[in-house]
Amino acid sequence: MKILVCISNVPDTTTKITFSPDGKAFNTAGVQFVINPYDEYALTRAIELKEALGGSVTVLNVGEADAEPNIRKALAIGADDAIRVNLKPTDAFLVSQQIAHYAQEGGYDLILMGRESIDYNGFQVHGMVGELLGIPTIAPAIKLDVNGSTATLEREIEGGKEIIEATLPLVVSAQQPMSEPRIPNMRGIMTARTKPLKVVEPVGQEAKTSVQNYELPPAKSGVKMIAAENAGDLIKLLRNEAKVL
Amino acid sequence: MSVLVVIECANGEVKKSSLEAASYGSKVAAALGTSATAVAIGNVEANALSSLGEQGITKVLLDNDSRLHDFVAAAYVKVIAKAAESENSAVIVLSNSNIGAAIGSRLAVKLGASLATNVVSLPQINGSSFTVRRGVFSGKAFSDVELTSDKKIIAVKKNALDIDTAAGGTATVENFSADLADADFATAPKETIRQSGDILLTEADLVVSGGRGLKGPENWHLIEDLAKALGAATACSKPVADIGWRPHHEHVGQTGITVSPNLYIAVGISGAIQHLAGVNSSKVIVVINKDPEAPFFKAADYGIVGDATEVVPKLIEAAKALDK
Repeated sequence: MKILVCISNVPDTTTKITFSPDGKAFNTAGVQFVINPYDEYALTRAIELKEALGGSVTVLNVGEADAEPNIRKALAIGADDAIRVNLKPTDAFLVSQQIAHYAQEGGYDLILMGRESIDYNGFQVHGMVGELLGIPTIAPAIKLDVNGSTATLEREIEGGKEIIEATLPLVVSAQQPMSEPRIPNMRGIMTARTKPLKVVEPVGQEAKTSVQNYELPPAKSGVKMIAAENAGDLIKLLRNEAKVL
Repeated sequence: MSVLVVIECANGEVKKSSLEAASYGSKVAAALGTSATAVAIGNVEANALSSLGEQGITKVLLDNDSRLHDFVAAAYVKVIAKAAESENSAVIVLSNSNIGAAIGSRLAVKLGASLATNVVSLPQINGSSFTVRRGVFSGKAFSDVELTSDKKIIAVKKNALDIDTAAGGTATVENFSADLADADFATAPKETIRQSGDILLTEADLVVSGGRGLKGPENWHLIEDLAKALGAATACSKPVADIGWRPHHEHVGQTGITVSPNLYIAVGISGAIQHLAGVNSSKVIVVINKDPEAPFFKAADYGIVGDATEVVPKLIEAAKALDK
């Protein structure tokens, strides 16, 4: 089975987000970048499936050269090879076109990615890739098993879950608790250095959106403290002052 | 040329998030000098839909094919694309749910439309260009995004905009069919497992959430009892889900669920930056923590320094004493 896992290079979850004074750009100075956590669930599940069923795992990143340390990390965790589409990922449709193009070229059975990236939070790419390739997308999946050409999935819905059987090829977006992310071991890190990482040029290039500027949410005006022994007063304040009860 | 609003239904009723989308779509239609039409899919009767007139919807297209009671992306997309074609709609509004995002992303490709998800503002309309504000960096920031295509799809974040019922009309409901084939239902669920009785976390106006300060799962009843007394949904922090006290679908935060209720009560949660990202669009935040230095107090509107096992019973008592 050939699996393609799409990964984004995103600021670590602990990052304090700041922007340039004109609000046009995200300040990357001093920011640690990681594999998007949702993509990591997809990557780990792909490697587990490969270990159980055989086949290969290719990682694909649409990004600039600064994403390569995290692409190498994905190889160290257990992917076999990698493709980087040399393009700044500014728009979901632009990114989806790249993924669909290289996914088609490689003839993959499964295309996995996280439910969304924790920077742009578009929650769009898996659906767009599925539509571009004319295959189903199951999003967000919390469980994925494969038997022959059939995948069995659990999809999270509001207030429950669905069990779905679908025929490959398929796009699946991952969410906890699909897998437990792995930390690369020394052997993985060593072998990752020599695994193939192919840099390819973008195709298409038609963006449908354009970010104008960024803004931080307004700061809270301050907390009103209530003594623990009068905790019941909080409920009255929530009704009479905050008017939320 | 009407604005098309996608209405999600559950248990015979229109979801609250879809009422918000209807209200949003009507306002966009008014700004464009046109009307707003809704397309309703799912398990719902016509009489539950005519009241969408209150949100300014003039006409509802209802596809009551029973195969659509469960969500199947390909079938839903086909129905909505046909509705958009018959209404000649250049703007489609939906709610930023799992369903809304799944449909929106496929429709955007199919129709060649620009798509913005997680939208928190009405569009600024400048000729054929729309600019909307949306949440990014998992709730840590906003960005203003221009939708550059002629066709636009907007997925509205839940509880971000008020439901306006000033229109006060009655919508006409028309039956609608997209002539779906069996192949459109290839990924239909074999089985659906629903938790019964619980208030849906993502739709809830009030949320009570617990963290490791609860000390152990044996104290979780405090969270449940307070939630029950207030009519709230329950949630938890990531550590609590990771150690298995609570299931992952209750985990609120940057890599879990993002919520934006009117009231979020955090009990025994210190307020790591990842947790704050998932809750900071809540209208009012209450923090109860025994550590006065807990970072969450900086993001709170009301705070109590104290042990959960002592403070929460007092809140439950006071909540029960409220007249509903």
